[in-house]
Amino acid sequence: MGTYIIRRLIWAAVMLTIVSIITFAIFFLVPRLAGATPESLASRYVGRTATAEQVKDAAEQLGFNDPLIVQYGRFAKGIVLGADYNYGPSVEHCPAPCFGYSFLTRLPVWPDLLDRLPVTMSLAIGAAVIWLIAGVATGVLSALKPGSVFDRAAMGIALAGVSLPIFFTGIVSLVVFSYGHPFRITAPGGSFTPFSENPAQWAYNLILPWITLAFLYAAGYARLTRAGMLETMNEDYIRTARAKGLSERVVVVKHGLRGALTPIVTIFGLDFGLLLGGAVLTESTYSLPGIGKYAIDAITNQDLPKVMGVTLVAAFFVVLANLIVDLLYAVVDPRVRLG
Amino acid sequence: MTAPMDVTGGDTHATPEAVVGASGGKAIQGRSLGQIAWMRLKRDKVALTGGLIVVFLILVAVFAPVIVGAFGQDPTQFNSDLIDSSTMAPKTGTGISAEHLFGIEPVNGRDIFSRVVYGARISLLIAFLATLLSAAIGTLLGVTAGYFGGVVDSIISKAMDVFLAFPILVFAMALAGTVPDSAFGLTGDALRVALLVFIIGFFNWPYIGRIVRGQTLSLREREFVDAARSLGARGPYIIFRELLPNLVAPILVYATLLIPTNILFEAALSFLGVGVRPPTPTWGGMLSDAVRFYTIPHFMFFPGMAIFITVLAFNLFGDGLRDALDPKAR
Repeated sequence: MGTYIIRRLIWAAVMLTIVSIITFAIFFLVPRLAGATPESLASRYVGRTATAEQVKDAAEQLGFNDPLIVQYGRFAKGIVLGADYNYGPSVEHCPAPCFGYSFLTRLPVWPDLLDRLPVTMSLAIGAAVIWLIAGVATGVLSALKPGSVFDRAAMGIALAGVSLPIFFTGIVSLVVFSYGHPFRITAPGGSFTPFSENPAQWAYNLILPWITLAFLYAAGYARLTRAGMLETMNEDYIRTARAKGLSERVVVVKHGLRGALTPIVTIFGLDFGLLLGGAVLTESTYSLPGIGKYAIDAITNQDLPKVMGVTLVAAFFVVLANLIVDLLYAVVDPRVRLG
Repeated sequence: MTAPMDVTGGDTHATPEAVVGASGGKAIQGRSLGQIAWMRLKRDKVALTGGLIVVFLILVAVFAPVIVGAFGQDPTQFNSDLIDSSTMAPKTGTGISAEHLFGIEPVNGRDIFSRVVYGARISLLIAFLATLLSAAIGTLLGVTAGYFGGVVDSIISKAMDVFLAFPILVFAMALAGTVPDSAFGLTGDALRVALLVFIIGFFNWPYIGRIVRGQTLSLREREFVDAARSLGARGPYIIFRELLPNLVAPILVYATLLIPTNILFEAALSFLGVGVRPPTPTWGGMLSDAVRFYTIPHFMFFPGMAIFITVLAFNLFGDGLRDALDPKAR
């Protein structure tokens, strides 16, 4: 078990390094291929009124003239160890993990990202609870009576659910339940209250995004659970369980669902990790100030350090979620850690 | 690879509409897997409906100029005279009339029908090309990994893991956002389309790659491959003549199911403002414009429904195709 965990941890670190290299290469190579010079990159740091001389100095100071490998080394070192920035007379220390300073606000990227995290986490956790319960329950009920009216209705809705873009359902939900008068249940988007401050207000502000986001995922999970359940309920061990005289509930939940859960756990890890790295579309639709909104703003402003930071943090969550899923498997299923 | 239940032909079953000869008959000889699949698909009315809608949408995209010429007007033409200058809304509320079947946009009064019809071009073009790219890369690397195994397999499999760890949407946004308006010898819409095809296609290949790899792994051990090898066949021959023909079905199914995902992806990027640039009409772009005018619901309704119907039709058809080609997968 110990060696398995270590192996998995090393691979996770390697994966993050590869992602960071590719991200760095693309974001610094693509602008260059498209014609950006060290000066034009540096000019973003010094403002519009700077003289050519100042821009040149800044480019030198920020190291934009160095080879890409050297620049990447500095970037990676900043993340692991922190970095010192030399702004004229004063030296500023940027503690690890240092993703550099925003082109626009001159503030370090990492604390900004940390501020956004609670919003995205609240959104993701709330939605995940709803979609897991709704999706898995619907899938199980559908699979128990395939072809029934319930099954067909549920699968029809689920198919519609996976076919609707969230930015469409999101806007419609806002029009019907928020801006519109007749069914008003929540305040228009853009407001987030921390859970620690006022849990009721927190939930009230998030209920619409939760349900919209959960609907999309629940649809997919219902389809997946149904397929898995149909398969496991035909297994021999289900017949054995029934022959033992176990109640149908125990057979379905303890024996059937358990066997069908494996792929759902895998997908859930990936989905949840991706969401933590920014529910871009949901946050944009409901104007929630989370990591996804941060990413959009960073990209709109062409703020490269922010873009790099948010991409890597998002990748970190995916890798972390996968790692946790894999380790959980190893605990549950000994074949994994030995194989 | 035969299905005994179908050998007597489809005539004894509920007979669907007379589309039998249209696309099924020609390419198929004998009782091939394709013929069996077609017979199954014919009985699946839901999938057939999805397929017909798909065909209809493709025709709409191809003949967009003709359709718009007959029922609409140029999608970028302003109709300021139909706009109430104080509220910026259409004077009649929606502006729906014989000239403007879906009404007009607020502010500048562009014809929504024409924009939705032209939007189908961008949406389908990007989704098809990106799927093609994904399928090509996924098949190439999937077969290579599955057939050669060992180090090659573990490198390719790890690469798939890395790709799946990328926050694709954030990454695609960033990439589409950092490329200026003219680069790589392309400008305007051509550049944006090429860029989106590359981004969407390039990051989605592991989905097909994994499936192809898995199928190759199991096919490799089959007797007909052993037979070919014992007759002296080598790698390329076995891959192209023995393995690939058996991989066509799963590749076709998962490519079909990837198209709706890619349509949603393109719409999302356009919605976020990093897709094909205005004034070229895109469904996602129209929706993002419509957000500010939520009191004028017809503006968001038509592009939203266009996305929904297109994606649903592809999903229905893709599901039907999967069930027809591989009934066990259900």
